[in-house]
Amino acid sequence: MRLTSGTTGARVLAFGGYQPARVVTNDELAATVDTNDEWIRSRVGIASRRIAGPDETVADMAVQAGGKALAASGLSPADIDLVIVATCTPEVQIPNTAAQTARRLGIDAPGAYDMNAACAGFCYALASASDAVRAGSARNVLVIGAEKLSQWVDWTDRSTCIIFADGAGAAVVSPVAEAEDKAGIGPVVWGSAGDMADKIYIKDRDSFIFQEGQAVFRWATTALAPVARQACELAGVDPADLAAFVPHQANLRIIEAIARRVGAPQALVADDIVTAGNTSSASIPLALSRMIERGQLQSGSLALLIGFGAGICYAAQVIKVP
Amino acid sequence: MAMTEQEILAGLGEIIDEVAGVPADQVTPDKTFVDDLDIDSLSMVEIAVAAQDKFGVEIPDEQLKDLKTVQDVVNYVMRADVSA
Repeated sequence: MRLTSGTTGARVLAFGGYQPARVVTNDELAATVDTNDEWIRSRVGIASRRIAGPDETVADMAVQAGGKALAASGLSPADIDLVIVATCTPEVQIPNTAAQTARRLGIDAPGAYDMNAACAGFCYALASASDAVRAGSARNVLVIGAEKLSQWVDWTDRSTCIIFADGAGAAVVSPVAEAEDKAGIGPVVWGSAGDMADKIYIKDRDSFIFQEGQAVFRWATTALAPVARQACELAGVDPADLAAFVPHQANLRIIEAIARRVGAPQALVADDIVTAGNTSSASIPLALSRMIERGQLQSGSLALLIGFGAGICYAAQVIKVP
Repeated sequence: MAMTEQEILAGLGEIIDEVAGVPADQVTPDKTFVDDLDIDSLSMVEIAVAAQDKFGVEIPDEQLKDLKTVQDVVNYVMRADVSA
């Protein structure tokens, strides 16, 4: 049998992000549920979040973020032959989000699939995209994390409605033909803990998202730093050389606790959650796109990504900032 | 070898300084976490996680909520350390 031949490595050519227009402040939430701005800021680190319009879909947001990443990459829609959308909040089970997103972006007949690893979704999708490029099953991949968590939140439940939000982030992944040190996406460290399936879940289509906050906090602050360090080790990167640490924007307290234990004193730690809330699979590419837009990250510098969430699923890799 | 009470107290002081920014010299046995040291439940979880790294003693969530003072944690670690 003849086999495809790929390339040595893959890299991210560009990121793009999209946030819905509507800003919801802590004070606005405090008017309807028993909470307050100070408590929310101190416990989860969020000042405001963005919520999609009633008719705005996951695919709408995926198209926005994907279009920006594509434009920034310099590639044309015709160059993309695989579209992966990481999402756990699609409006419908079928059709998937990826195929319609691709069509609306003018990408003609690419491979297209959705994948669900909840808040770890983007790192899973990025690893899959990198592997597809390296194996030769795709040339250029559009990877998108897009979520409309607001439609699964009980807006009278103060433990969840203060956290979750909507948005999308995207990356274009392309081959690197040259030597290994030019590669831009490091080996993934991924895993799961199915025994903790009951810590974050949505029971059925008529239910809202449930989270056992303290148990998740303990797991995240215990288990993730070693995963993050292992991703550095596999990539041959000393954590001290990281320019940025971009974990899933779950909770600022979790982010700070993991950052302390990773041992990357020079790294800028992403705190996009402050004005974006927890956008699940969208949070990492959204944070990266905004950090790059603000000029906070130098091209070619190293960033450590780690996604984690329901499942429990987690994944981490080091990338070079495009 | 079992740790002494002073060693545990000193270790706990370092942890609390790092996690909650409370200077170690303020971490005295009679202080309560919530009222005296202004440490909330999430920081308590972080302290428990760090204590496990440092002392090799796991403090589960259900035990954690009963540990109100610095001395309570010291006692818990000492008992667990002896029985380990």
